[in-house]
Amino acid sequence: MKYLDEYRDGGVASSIAKTIAETVTRPWVLMEVCGGQTHSIVRYGIDRMIPPEVELVHGPGCPVCVTSLEMIDKAHAIASRPGVIFTSFGDMLRVPGSRGDLLTLKSRGADVRVVYSPLDAVRIASQNPAREVVFFGIGFETTAPANAMAVYRARKEGVGNFSMLLSHVLVPPAMAAILQAPGNRVQGFLGPGHVCAIMGYREYESLAERYRVPIVITGFEPIDLLEGILMTVRQLETGRAVVENQYARAVTRDGNPAARALVLEVFEVGDRKWRGVGSIPKSGYKIRYEYRMHDAEKRFHVEEIATEESSLCISGQILRGLKKPSDCSAFGTLCTPQKPLGATMVSAEGACAAYYQYGRFLDSASLPAVTAQAPTA
Amino acid sequence: MCLGIPGELLEVRDVKGLKFGKVRFGGITRDVCLEYAADAVAGDYVVVHVGFAISKIDKDEAARSFAVLEDLGQTGELTADMAEQLLPRSGPWPGEEDP
Amino acid sequence: MKHPDPPPFSDCPIPISETEEILLGHGSGGKLTARLIESVILPALASPALEALDDQAVVSIDGTRLAFTTDSYVVTPLFFPGGDIGDLAVNGTVNDLAVGGAKPLFLSLSFILEEGLAITVLDRVLASIRRAAARAGVSIVTGDTKVVDRGKGDQMFINTAGIGSLRPGVSLSSRRVRAGDAILLSGPVGDHGMAILSTREGLDLEGQIQSDTAPLHELTAAILDACPDVHAMRDPTRGGVAATVVEIATRQRLGIEIDEGAIPVRDPVRGACEIFGLDPLLVANEGKLVAFVPQNASAGVLRAMRATPLGAEAVRIGTVTEKHPGFVVVRTLIGGERILDLPFGESLPRIC
Repeated sequence: MKYLDEYRDGGVASSIAKTIAETVTRPWVLMEVCGGQTHSIVRYGIDRMIPPEVELVHGPGCPVCVTSLEMIDKAHAIASRPGVIFTSFGDMLRVPGSRGDLLTLKSRGADVRVVYSPLDAVRIASQNPAREVVFFGIGFETTAPANAMAVYRARKEGVGNFSMLLSHVLVPPAMAAILQAPGNRVQGFLGPGHVCAIMGYREYESLAERYRVPIVITGFEPIDLLEGILMTVRQLETGRAVVENQYARAVTRDGNPAARALVLEVFEVGDRKWRGVGSIPKSGYKIRYEYRMHDAEKRFHVEEIATEESSLCISGQILRGLKKPSDCSAFGTLCTPQKPLGATMVSAEGACAAYYQYGRFLDSASLPAVTAQAPTA
Repeated sequence: MCLGIPGELLEVRDVKGLKFGKVRFGGITRDVCLEYAADAVAGDYVVVHVGFAISKIDKDEAARSFAVLEDLGQTGELTADMAEQLLPRSGPWPGEEDP
Repeated sequence: MKHPDPPPFSDCPIPISETEEILLGHGSGGKLTARLIESVILPALASPALEALDDQAVVSIDGTRLAFTTDSYVVTPLFFPGGDIGDLAVNGTVNDLAVGGAKPLFLSLSFILEEGLAITVLDRVLASIRRAAARAGVSIVTGDTKVVDRGKGDQMFINTAGIGSLRPGVSLSSRRVRAGDAILLSGPVGDHGMAILSTREGLDLEGQIQSDTAPLHELTAAILDACPDVHAMRDPTRGGVAATVVEIATRQRLGIEIDEGAIPVRDPVRGACEIFGLDPLLVANEGKLVAFVPQNASAGVLRAMRATPLGAEAVRIGTVTEKHPGFVVVRTLIGGERILDLPFGESLPRIC
């Protein structure tokens, strides 16, 4: 497949890995922001190809994993109502809330369906006018235009039985939170390529300047990631801290204005809770008042559901690379892949889940990382 | 986050006032919403996320990035046109010739 | 910093009671399936024949060795590109016998029909069963029909059981897999699973992918002719090739190395896997087999496989090793490495 296969070529990959090894002179800590990048790094074994001086910390960029317990509990409450068709992206169904996951709810008779696109959920709503159809609108900035379009079209076409449970999160506030944290170890970022395809990277320029940190907007194929790592390491080695764009074939400085315009027509920025991290100001989207009839939180009166995250969970610090899973008092006892407290145990690629399954190998460093899977439960 | 896969836009059409297109990914085609890639025409490659084209691939930039990769010391024979054949096959396993 | 070794997989660290009811994932071929079998079914019914967890049992009657197996078919939709529940129900059971080194001979056939099912649908399925049985050279010798209330079944479920005669001297079992064995795969993976997924709501791919459902008896016969000492054969159905190799690695305490670049995947399946974020190694097949053969025989077996229609694209995909017992390590396309693991339940399309 064009624009995929070229970026998975073993010869090119090993030559970039070699160049990284020749470039690096001392240890650096890099964070790939995006869960899709983490997935590729593990899936292709990139972490095992780069020199040990370059430490990759997996960032908080998996929207499934950072969706707060509270939102999943709200999803549960709505999907349990008789007559509701609850639709969601596939990988969200397995993430446990405090009353279990949506797949379990389905086994008890709830009508829970996987869709590929939010527009499919609108279609299901127009085909089932007697039912309430709810879509679980999760994601980062990349997914927001698709979710916004679903709400926009539902209103425009008068699909009154469609609503969205929105749990959108934004990347720059999370990066700022990481950089502001006491004891932050992250020295450079691989920026989220597809987020920037929508948003552009002007916001990231002010982050790079304010925190003196290199940010390289990076794609998702193995050679993209290796090149992004190389570009970040080169900046660090030469004392630069600017935004560079490795993923220029898909990302421009201004991003996608048409997509942003529709997002801001339907959504507005608001505070958002992140699983295991807590509330981050202005780090998410909410549905605007004008579209409230399609806001599932209002429609089903679940706004009062408030679930506290476990105070034991240290996944916020693990995400920032400050602590190890084994530093956590709940690890392996109160917190397991089946009953995860925080994002790092929810995702199979998360540090806690990987450590739980393969701890003996992580210690011996004799084996590669865990294969990438959708979040487990 | 954000699985986005490039595919080739084959045709563009209007569905209830929305711009849609048929996009080919490897051996399959799917309908994709083009509202956010309104200038894309047949023959362009678009990056598709949850059924929406979020970006049009800049072919010149892609070619330029290959030049950079070539500078990094690879063989220089890699071109986009070769992509279809690229899935590298491993050689014979140790101690054996493939028949 | 040191964490005590997690227990080996076979001593599952998670009590099964954590899920109090059956989930769809328990039927997915992933970890939930393995847990259900190991923690609930095997303890209740322990017997040496069951514990091998091969696709078929080998039983002796008055000195005659027979292979015996059963399987149920609950596929939705009943008719899908490349096949239907009828040929699937014949081929699936034929294949479970064939990969045990048996010549499939007799099948039983049980229908559970939902009230209201159109007779014409049943006619179509029966015609398909008849054709599939003829192709596989098996006779359907006994059967049963039950009807359940509307809403208590999904149109039609089928159970088949099968008996086959074992070749003298042939002994196939995952217990015989040894370090050094070559791992051979009969052809491209993922066709069946993606054909089913592609017809489901919201994921429609306009029938561009065909199921690979087919009987493997001629292919297995060709393999056994070339090498009677083949150690094990499996048909990688639910959970795909990954479930097959992970199960053998964990239960037999062997290491397995897989070369990702050697895994054949057809273009349409590959495209579909990319857009849904699925790994072709984890997607179901219904007409493929994985063979574990002694190293020195692998070239000859590959030649024999490629001489048959269903094995024309056979390749060697890996090796059994003494290293990292219990784990499957994949050499990735770009030369990296990763551990191959199974999802807990079904593989679901990802957005991230």
